[in-house]
Parts: sequence; structure tokens; C-alpha cells
Amino acid sequence: MIAAADLASSYELVVIGGGPAGLAAAALAARAGVSTVLFDENPGVGGQIYRAITSTPVKNRAILGEDYWDGAALADEAKASGALIVNGATVWSLDRQRLVGVSIGGKARVIEASRVIIATGSQERPFPIPGWTLPGVMTAGAAQTALKAQGLIVGGRTVLAGGGPLLWLLAAQTLRAGGTIDAILDTTPNRNWLQAIFHLPDFALSPYFGKGLALLREVRAKVPVHRAHTIEAVGTDRLREVVFSGPGGTRRLPVDLLLLHQGVVPNVNLANAAGVAHVWNDRQLCFVPVLDADFGSSVPGIAVAGDGAGIAGGTAAAERGRIAAIAAVRALKPEAVVPDTQAIRQRLQREEMGRAFLDCLNRPADAFRLPEGDTIACRCEEVTARQVRETAQMGCEGPNQMKAFLRCGMGPCQGRLCGLTVTELIAAERKTSPDEVGYYRLRPPVKPITLAELASLPISEAERKAVER
Amino acid sequence: MARTADVVVIGGGIHGCSTALHLALRGLKPILIEKDYAGRHASGVNAGGVRQLARDLHEIPLSISSMDIWERIEELVGDDCGFDAHGTVLVAESEAELAGFRERVEDLRLRGFVHEELIDAAELRRLVPAVSEHCPGGVVSRRDGAADPFRTTQAFRRRAVEKGAEVVEGVTVTGLSRSGANWRVETTDGDFEAPKIVNAAGAWADRIAAMLGEPVPLAVVAPMLMVTSRLPAFIKPVVILRGRKLSFKQLDNGTVVIGGGHLSTPYRDSNETVLDWEKLAISARTVWELFPAMHQATIVRAWAGIEAYMPDGIPVVGKSSTSEGVFHQFGFSTHGFQLGPGTGAMMAELVATGSTNTPIDGLGIERFAAK
Repeated sequence: MIAAADLASSYELVVIGGGPAGLAAAALAARAGVSTVLFDENPGVGGQIYRAITSTPVKNRAILGEDYWDGAALADEAKASGALIVNGATVWSLDRQRLVGVSIGGKARVIEASRVIIATGSQERPFPIPGWTLPGVMTAGAAQTALKAQGLIVGGRTVLAGGGPLLWLLAAQTLRAGGTIDAILDTTPNRNWLQAIFHLPDFALSPYFGKGLALLREVRAKVPVHRAHTIEAVGTDRLREVVFSGPGGTRRLPVDLLLLHQGVVPNVNLANAAGVAHVWNDRQLCFVPVLDADFGSSVPGIAVAGDGAGIAGGTAAAERGRIAAIAAVRALKPEAVVPDTQAIRQRLQREEMGRAFLDCLNRPADAFRLPEGDTIACRCEEVTARQVRETAQMGCEGPNQMKAFLRCGMGPCQGRLCGLTVTELIAAERKTSPDEVGYYRLRPPVKPITLAELASLPISEAERKAVER
Repeated sequence: MARTADVVVIGGGIHGCSTALHLALRGLKPILIEKDYAGRHASGVNAGGVRQLARDLHEIPLSISSMDIWERIEELVGDDCGFDAHGTVLVAESEAELAGFRERVEDLRLRGFVHEELIDAAELRRLVPAVSEHCPGGVVSRRDGAADPFRTTQAFRRRAVEKGAEVVEGVTVTGLSRSGANWRVETTDGDFEAPKIVNAAGAWADRIAAMLGEPVPLAVVAPMLMVTSRLPAFIKPVVILRGRKLSFKQLDNGTVVIGGGHLSTPYRDSNETVLDWEKLAISARTVWELFPAMHQATIVRAWAGIEAYMPDGIPVVGKSSTSEGVFHQFGFSTHGFQLGPGTGAMMAELVATGSTNTPIDGLGIERFAAK
């Protein structure tokens, strides 16, 4: 176990996040002789996709699927590379001077980095429907985390709702592990096919085509699937039933657990706080960092690899991590031998081929992104969609200005969860684009730290003199 | 065609917005030009302290006239601005420090200012029960308090517009020149003309002054602040220290704002600041020692607003020393928020009538003229 005090004051490369991009980047750079530290906040590496890859109690390989076990090789490779891998390390600050604020075991340090690769991956897109804050409503990602890390299978009457590959993967994993799912509410609008169909030829050639079809067949054979245009979670103290409307009219299902998921979006929090420029991606309906061909950002020395650079999946994430690491090695140690980038780029291109089809097909409907009325937009401060819409109508032009009126985005999560909802609502009300409206200016700490942790930060000689004077 | 007005106000912070409002209330037509949006910088993101306590003698008249406005702020701007008057307490951390405070309070009394009041350990504990045992007393200014800075600046902006001011945002001033009896203000969105100009451009005000051949030694600074998640209510007044840098306040919603003037690195051309965590850690340790109740508080956000700091720590307020019709209102040196309402009223009077009843001696730009 590495303690905060054990860390050097500087490293040539700091990699943030131990998913496929971070593991691949750290392994490549360390092997090339670059002093590399990888900070990962979880107890073990793997990120979300390969969560608990070194420790999962789910030993039957068929349950989580062969793709999951690909993560083991990445973890082994990183471990053998000589990179310092620190788990339980929460990075709470990064700035354009490449100072990395990190907490380990309640103690804080600020570490200097010559280069930084942000590999903090993705997060689930908010799914703001009426009742989504009731106990008994969770994200599908949270359920998958419990399955991978603890072997926990969802219990009680369970409904999955939403769309996107991960929803179907979780359904399949749950069924294989012996769980039951009472229904799936598919929110994918039929008209999405009109856009997606143009990209079908590319998708048919991508590795996801066969896997996706097999997954759908596997789940549909065991679980009734309903189309849904609207979904409401109903209950007073906790979730009691799910009400949805679809082609067959309105239906009510008594349930204990509703799992929501409508795709993932880049986790931009750390990059945004570091001053990295972002731009709205209309196909993926999210902000993505502006990056060069080597995943270098607008801030010198900071790269963003993996799904944080735009959603492309775990295999692509690893390739992106390698490309970013090669750029770092070339800058730090021009004489070092690195793998051929061309081959990596070709593999990456193959991985990314089917993305346009998936993005178009799984584009979440407006009804599930742009809430109305009393539906909560900002969970921390309990700000409703109506309040956000009315404040935008009154003249409030962006999420940063809105904070002063509604406190939305000012609670413990600091807008990390409601950011897209608030930006899209303001854009809709003001009849402009999310790019024009912009995003929260996220500020460190990007993860909350205690006053005690901050007070534990060692003082440099210069600071101590300044205080004593 | 240049757009014309009676006065062009440069800068949409609390000072520019307040001056624009007070000019409009006098029946003049101001145009306010702001390079970002009103309240984007220090005016919108400061600690919100509304304090007469511990001010430089030169600013006390402006501070007192501002306080009178703060107490009827809703009447003026149509919004209570989140203003609460629970007082500001300057805590002494030793007997020696308390003795110094006593001298200051007595000196102020001789000058006729009675807003600062010396308190003993018992009164300190009554006002601030959570304060650490080692503090022997302090000074209180009971009318002081705190307000929501962005909301306040926006309220002044909104009311100014309602009263006839024009506010132009996202537009940067690029040059100043004479055009007959008028000043021509060249911007990234065309020219504006007016016989009078108020320079309330904060951290960028030296650039405006330089356009007038009136350079000032302005330092660009960005004092850092932190805020915690919600805690049970445990403190009403704003608490400040003298020996160590700290300002400390719990808002009605339970969050605690910790400031005090430790500086980040500002980049005024890109509107960015880079925080200095070692200095924030010093603040954290100070809070730790002063308020044991805070040990497990969670810091959810830290930030800094860009503003101007003058070499003598007091603002530049008054007529230009080189240019007829130009007035300065900047350099508030990290304590300008409270002064906004009263300084705007004074400036409007000065612009409209050529003189003011509020003493501003010692604040003029001529003090920086090359000798």
C-alpha cells in the first residue's frame, strides 16, 4: 500500500484513471523508461468496464463475458511495466501548470508532472424523468458495479429502462448470473433508424455488429421488451410502480427496482477544471475536449485519452491511451523506442468504425434529456426543470449565471451530474445551441476533499517562511 | 455611426453597474460596456462580505455611505441581494493583538467614527460561540454583514437597465480618442461617443488609463476562496483575522465560505486563474485551529476572481488627472464589494455636478503620477 508521503514530488508522466486507456498508457510509457505514476481512485484497477478485474468474486467467465476478461491482460501489462500504480488515490485538482492534487488515505499531496494523461473515462448520461430521485431508482451502471465488484445481483421486481449497448449488456450479465428482469422499456425512438441506417454498412464491418446482435437476441429471448415514449417512477417514500406510455397506450408495472441508462458521455470534470477547451458534439449530445491526432489538449502537456476523448468503447480506449503515451514518450525521451503508431491507429480506426451507427441509433429522445415541470434537474439542490426553464426565459444565458439564481450545480456534486441537463434546457429555452450556452466552469476540487485532508498538505520551505514572517 | 450617450461606463462589475444605475437615476443616459458579462469576475465571485470594519481611513466615508445604501438595498434595486447584517467580528488571537485593536478603535473615535467597537472575551464568545479558547477578544462592527455577490451585481445591472441605462456585454474597449466635445470609445463592436467616461474596468483598468496617457501601477490579483458542503448552523457574523489571512462566514444555507486573501495566479487575458493549494492548505489549517467544529467539513469548490490591487491597497476614485471628462473608479484592492453602492452614488454625483459631498481625499489617480 502506497501512502501519500511515499510519492515523489514530481514524475515525468502522471496518468489519471486506471481503466483501459490509463493502464495501456502507463504500461507503454513506463516500459519506454519514462517515470510514470498512475492514480486510480478505486481499490483495484480496471475502470468501469473492467471494474474489479483483479479481484471480482464472479469467477464464471461466461457471466461477465469474454470482453470483460480482456482487462486482465491490460492490468498485468501495466503491473509488469514498472509504472507506479496507486489505487485508492483520488485526484481532486489538475491545472495548466500540471500540478496534480491527489489524496491517498486521507492525506493530500500536490505532485508536479511533466506530462499528464487524463484517462477518467465516461459517466452515465443523466436520465431526468419524474420520480428519478426516489429510493429504488438507480442507474444501470451502479447495478453493474455491484455485480462486478461484489457479485451482487439485483433482487425484487426489476425493470430496466433506456437504451444503448450497456443497457443490453447489463441485462445479459444479470440473466447469466441467475438474476431476473421483469421488463425492459426501450426508449430508443424508431425514427433514429432513419439516421442510423446510413451508417449500417460501416457498423456491419465493426466488431460490435456481431456482438450486439447476439446480445439483443439473448436478452429478448428471456425478457419482455416494451417501447416507451414516456416513463415515470411513482411512489411516495420509495419506488412503487413504473408508468410508461408506448405504442400500446399507458401501462403501469409494480416494481421494486428501476434501473435507468441512456448511454455514457465523457467525464469532462478534470479536463474542464484544468482549462482544457471543449466543444459540443451534436452526434453524441455531449461536450468533448478539443484534441489533436495524439489526443493532446489545448493545454500544453495535458492529453485526454479513452472515452473522455469522446465515447468509443474500451478497446478503442486502450489504443487511444497508447497513442497519447507515445506522444508523451517522444516529448520526454526522444531516444526511446516506441511501438509503431500506424498499426495502433489502424486498430483504433477499426474499433471506431461502427460508432456513427451506434450514436445515431442510440441518440436519447428529447423527452428523456429535456425534462419538464417539477422533474428534478439538479439533484443536490433539488432544482426543477421548470425553475431552470423559467430562469432561462427571464434572460439567464448560461449555467454559470444560473447558479446565483437557483444554486443549481452548487451542491456537493458541483454540477458533475446535472451539467448536460442544465445546458441543454437553457439552449432549448433560448433557442440556441449548447455550444453557445456553454458548460459549467468546473472548479477544483473536482472531487470533494475534507478540510482535514487539505490541512494535511505538506508546506514547502518557501511557504513556511512566508507564514512565519 | 457611433452610438451616443451622456456617459460611457467601462466595466460591468458592481462599481460600473452601480454607477450606471445612479447616473440613470439622475436622468442621464449611460451606456455600460463590459467585455464579458456583468459580474463575471471579482464582483460576482468574491466572498460577499459587506464590511465597514478595519478599513483604511481614506475609504471610511465611502464605506459608511455604502452601508446606508446596503440597508435599503431592496428599495434601490428591487432585490434584497441576499444581504444579512449579522456583523463582522475581527478576532484577536493574542493580548498583544487586542491591544493594537484597542488603539485603532480609540483613534477612530477621536476622528468621529463609532462603527468599530472593542469586545472582550465574553462578548466574543456570545457572538461567535464556536471560536477557539485562545482568543481574548476582538472588534465588532454590528451593522456589517454579507450578501450574494453575483446576485447583487446582476440586480444593479437589471435596475440600471430598467432606469434607462444601456448595457452592452461581450464587447471590449480597444481605444479612446477625442471627437469634438465628445470622447470616442472604440470597441470590438463599433464606436460609442459620450462627453464623459467612467473607467470601472477592474483588473483591466490600467489599460484604459494607459489609453489616456495616465499609466498606473496596477497589480492583477485573484484572491482565493473555498466553500464547504452544508453544515449545521454554528456561526452568524463574518469572522476575520488580522495576523493570519482569514475571512470566514456561514451562509444561511449552511455552507461555509473561507477566504482571506491568499492569492492564486491570474491570467487576465484568458480569464483564468490557477489556484495555489499550498496556500489554501494554510487557510485550512487556520480554520482548523480557530474552529474545531470544522474538522470534518468537506471542501466542494475553490475559486478566485480576477481584480486590481494598488500599491497602497486603496482604490483609485475621482477625476482623471490628464483627461477632461474622464473619471476613475477601480483598484479596490480585494475589498471593493461593500463600497460599490456608495461609490456609484458618489461617482454619479461627481460626473453629473463636477463635485461630491462624500470625501474622497487621498484616493485620486494623481498620487501615482511620475514625480
